[in-house]
Amino acid sequence: MTSTTLPASSLAAPKQIPAGGSADFTPRYWLFSLPAVLIIAGVIVFPWLFTLYMSSQDWKIGGGPEFVGLQNFAELFRDARFIESMGHTFYFTVLAVVLPILFGTAAALVFHREFPFRGLLRTIFVMPMMATPVAVALVWTMMFHPQLGVLNYLLSLVGIGPQAWVYSPNTVIPTLILVEVWHWTPLVMLIVLGGLAGLPREPYESALIDGANAWHMFRHITLPLVWPFIMVAIVIRTIDALKAFDTIFVITQGGPGTASETLNIFLYLQAFQFYKIGYASAVVVIFFVIIIMLSLLLLYARQKSKWNA
Amino acid sequence: MKRLLSKLGFYASVFVLVSPAVLVFLWMISLSFKNELDNTAFPPVFIPSPPTLANYVDVFAKNNFALYLWNSILVTGGAVLIGLAVGVPAGYGIARGKAHKFAILILVARMTPALSYLIPLFLLFQITGLVGTVTALVITHLVITIPIIVWIMIGYFENVPMELEDAARIDGATTWQAFRHVALPLARPGIVVGGILAFIFSWNNFIFSVVLGGKASRTLPSAVYNSLTFEQISWGPLAAAALLVTLPVLLLTVLAQREIVAGLSAGGLKDG
Repeated sequence: MTSTTLPASSLAAPKQIPAGGSADFTPRYWLFSLPAVLIIAGVIVFPWLFTLYMSSQDWKIGGGPEFVGLQNFAELFRDARFIESMGHTFYFTVLAVVLPILFGTAAALVFHREFPFRGLLRTIFVMPMMATPVAVALVWTMMFHPQLGVLNYLLSLVGIGPQAWVYSPNTVIPTLILVEVWHWTPLVMLIVLGGLAGLPREPYESALIDGANAWHMFRHITLPLVWPFIMVAIVIRTIDALKAFDTIFVITQGGPGTASETLNIFLYLQAFQFYKIGYASAVVVIFFVIIIMLSLLLLYARQKSKWNA
Repeated sequence: MKRLLSKLGFYASVFVLVSPAVLVFLWMISLSFKNELDNTAFPPVFIPSPPTLANYVDVFAKNNFALYLWNSILVTGGAVLIGLAVGVPAGYGIARGKAHKFAILILVARMTPALSYLIPLFLLFQITGLVGTVTALVITHLVITIPIIVWIMIGYFENVPMELEDAARIDGATTWQAFRHVALPLARPGIVVGGILAFIFSWNNFIFSVVLGGKASRTLPSAVYNSLTFEQISWGPLAAAALLVTLPVLLLTVLAQREIVAGLSAGGLKDG
């Protein structure tokens, strides 16, 4: 065969030389990634494709698969419980993004300043995000206890009556958001603090000469400069809030009733309580589409965003 | 006077920021050292008097805690070691080979909820008879460790200057030798960061063990959760167990804070 004598490069389809175009784009580096590629194909890509297949099947654990096309999806959108869980997820996600972003940015501004024991206090502040979610969820559960919980006792000291916390459908999601804020505000703080560390000095010096006050400097210098970092935090927080599972599952299991049943909890119950794996796979597919679309949207916004100072 | 006020305001805000974390952890410690009577007293007892170690003894004596601790060490240790073994070279290959599309695939994997891997993997492990084994858990935890390590290593290897490796190759080194003797030592901080973060997220993982772990193979987080559901709730032992579960990662946070911060700003995505 003549083709075997051709140099490999001429066989390759017109390939785009990556920006910064060095000659390093060579197959000899692919081998380094091969073991990881094989494992990722097995534990990540295979589950994605298999989920897509399962979503078209009527399949309960114990029985066999039966092709039903898009029926699972049609059924989902008629399932009030699913629609309700989408609503809970949306409610939870919006607040679990906005509040940590606000508090985390404020905390970053505080920890950016020099003060005694800054390192130690920052370590303490960061500890919640590293703590095992199940462990902190258990402690919060005890603190929320309506009769014996320490939170209601502390509130009574300042003259506020006992709260129902996770025991009432009206307060359960705000309470879970409280835990989420406690848990993940530190991550936002670290990301924004990283942005603050790289700020140039000059604009501040000239602003000082112009007699700008602290708020003006924050609004017109600091915020525009750290905005890209805040956008990164928004992207990460949005994805993480959508994925939130551990603490909700441990503290409420979606209850009381279905009042805190988010998409993740709904998905878990369908798959591992009711064993409807075809149906649950359809939920995964919808979830996946939402996450991909939202991430693309956020990444796009991040690239476009220029804070109007 | 105005300076003093603003200074006071500043320290007040530091206090407000730090106190929620302090409060929860102190309360956790307090619960774990009190006897059951004090733990269910109202108004709450804040300082254990006298403090008791009974809860900790209970945890080890009654709940198979040592076994679950060992499972956690096996699962997390195995997943982190395999993750490093394949993830570090992969990060190098992607950075040097400029395989941007593959890097995006890794990122998408980080964004997908853990539960979405669980259904197919659960079926797979059922077919192969691996449900309820430590091996199955190690395999699923690779979903957590490999993407973190690869993503962080890409960033580190991109910052290692190519010239040094080029020089080594001119001197006759193979690509593998250039990686092994030049790039790898220079990227050591990245390996530490990637390893620590992978350890933390794998250690903290809950859902894989809940679904796939058997009575003898579950890891600490789901074991502690199960003791909550299936036995009568007693706060002291539960708090002690919760504290013991999270102690390794809290110690790591205190010891390696700088590295963790660096890693999170490079690839900061949380578990699952």
